[in-house]
Amino acid sequence: MTNNPRHGSSEPAAVAAGNPRHAAGEASATGAGRGEVAIDVAHLRVVRGKRLVLPDLSVRIPHGEVTGLLGPSGGGKSTLIRSIVGVQLVESGTITVLGEPAGSPQLRHRVGYVTQAPSVYADLSVRENIAYFGRLIGASGDDVDWAIDQVGLGDHAGQRVANLSGGQLSRTSLACALVGRPEALVLDEPTVGLDPVLRRSLWTLFHELADAGTTLLVSSHVMDEATRCDRLLLLREGRILADDTLDGLLARTGTRDAESAFLALIDAEEAEGRREVAS
Amino acid sequence: MRLAFVTAGRILRQLRNDPRTIGLMLVVPLVLIGLMAWIYKDQPQIFDHVGPALLGVFPLTVMFIVTSITTLRERQSGTLERLLTTPLTKGAFMSGYALAFGVVALLQALLASAWSVWVCGMSIRGPWWQLVVVAVVDAVLGTSLGLLASGFARSEFQAVQFMPAFILPQFLLCGLFAPRDTLPTGLKQLSDVLPLSYAVDAMNTLATTVSDNSTVFRDIGILVGFSILALVLGALTLRRRTE
Repeated sequence: MTNNPRHGSSEPAAVAAGNPRHAAGEASATGAGRGEVAIDVAHLRVVRGKRLVLPDLSVRIPHGEVTGLLGPSGGGKSTLIRSIVGVQLVESGTITVLGEPAGSPQLRHRVGYVTQAPSVYADLSVRENIAYFGRLIGASGDDVDWAIDQVGLGDHAGQRVANLSGGQLSRTSLACALVGRPEALVLDEPTVGLDPVLRRSLWTLFHELADAGTTLLVSSHVMDEATRCDRLLLLREGRILADDTLDGLLARTGTRDAESAFLALIDAEEAEGRREVAS
Repeated sequence: MRLAFVTAGRILRQLRNDPRTIGLMLVVPLVLIGLMAWIYKDQPQIFDHVGPALLGVFPLTVMFIVTSITTLRERQSGTLERLLTTPLTKGAFMSGYALAFGVVALLQALLASAWSVWVCGMSIRGPWWQLVVVAVVDAVLGTSLGLLASGFARSEFQAVQFMPAFILPQFLLCGLFAPRDTLPTGLKQLSDVLPLSYAVDAMNTLATTVSDNSTVFRDIGILVGFSILALVLGALTLRRRTE
């Protein structure tokens, strides 16, 4: 059986109350409600150097849900994420984020991005980092406190980032994106290297944010994290193998966990390929 | 523009957390000028010639190195990529650096000119505040050139090598070793298009003439022009989208 641990300790109502920008009317004011498409990628083609990373990728990411982008490293996850936030040179295709073309100036205070390697200033404290990114986006001092609190770094707020552990570093990086309370959060492997308790609390946070109307796209190469997501995108060698809920995926492949489902899909595809070659 | 000040504040905060770098930026020029004064202890007329030129050389060199390394670090650590997904514009990013290092340059210029005149006994005939203005503009130019150079460096090793590549030729041709008028044709023209020449010209004018504001202000204008050019070219090397 697949249990969904996200409904464990989360208190969406409390978060929504503490998150004024996501108050009830806000989502409809921006033209997107739950179930609508927040990020629409159509026929995206990306070449990096001489390598064709994404040949022709189309996918729609729903509003107000946690979508997991799973797959082995080197499969194109980061490239897709960088394309969505508008820092990737794209050969062709269109990407629409919250109704605007990806990377357009109107989106820069509405989309939060966490790079794969923690991108913060090592010679500043945790709070100074978060406050700087907050000021760029127009966040208040309360937002800074809230972001520090959400990633559980309250005890380390005054500490120099250079002296933090890897996990604390990536949480600082996450808080720098949270502080602007963006409508869409695009996170490249935010839970790598974290201990299980912290990982669980971050996933709880992601779902609280989603319940309050934020769209989240979270990449991971750890298949276990599939159980934490509302929807899954399985990406391998630049192609989407599956775009489904975990339950839907398991039912379709007759498997018991995400890892086996992933393998079943790859096997099925390769068998298909062999049949085509044979005929 | 507000975000340029926010960014300048962040850069200064980073510097404040790194007192050793501040110390090196402020103290090293004093030590070198002091060394020069000592070498020419018995020939003060030579120090009066070399000292002002050095006041033009140090701000540019120090700021060039510091800026090219810090911005390269921004590119490599991913912070620049992240900044470019926020409302911060490329111009505001560049201006933030110019502002922050301009403040450090002001400090450096005040210290270095006070040290040269009062401790090392360098004689200047022009007003000393113009000396400080030239030093600050000169330092901002160093920052702008550093921002531009960092766009062409792929590693910190390369960034450090840009110092001899960008700065040493200017150092040789700026008039410190041979007056620019005595340079062979070709070299004279070359020194005419190198920014450091104008910083050293302005410093020499201030040292030797009582009141010749027009040439000093012309030189300051040229230095500002070079800075703006370098900042604009530098902004072009900042790409929002990369491979």
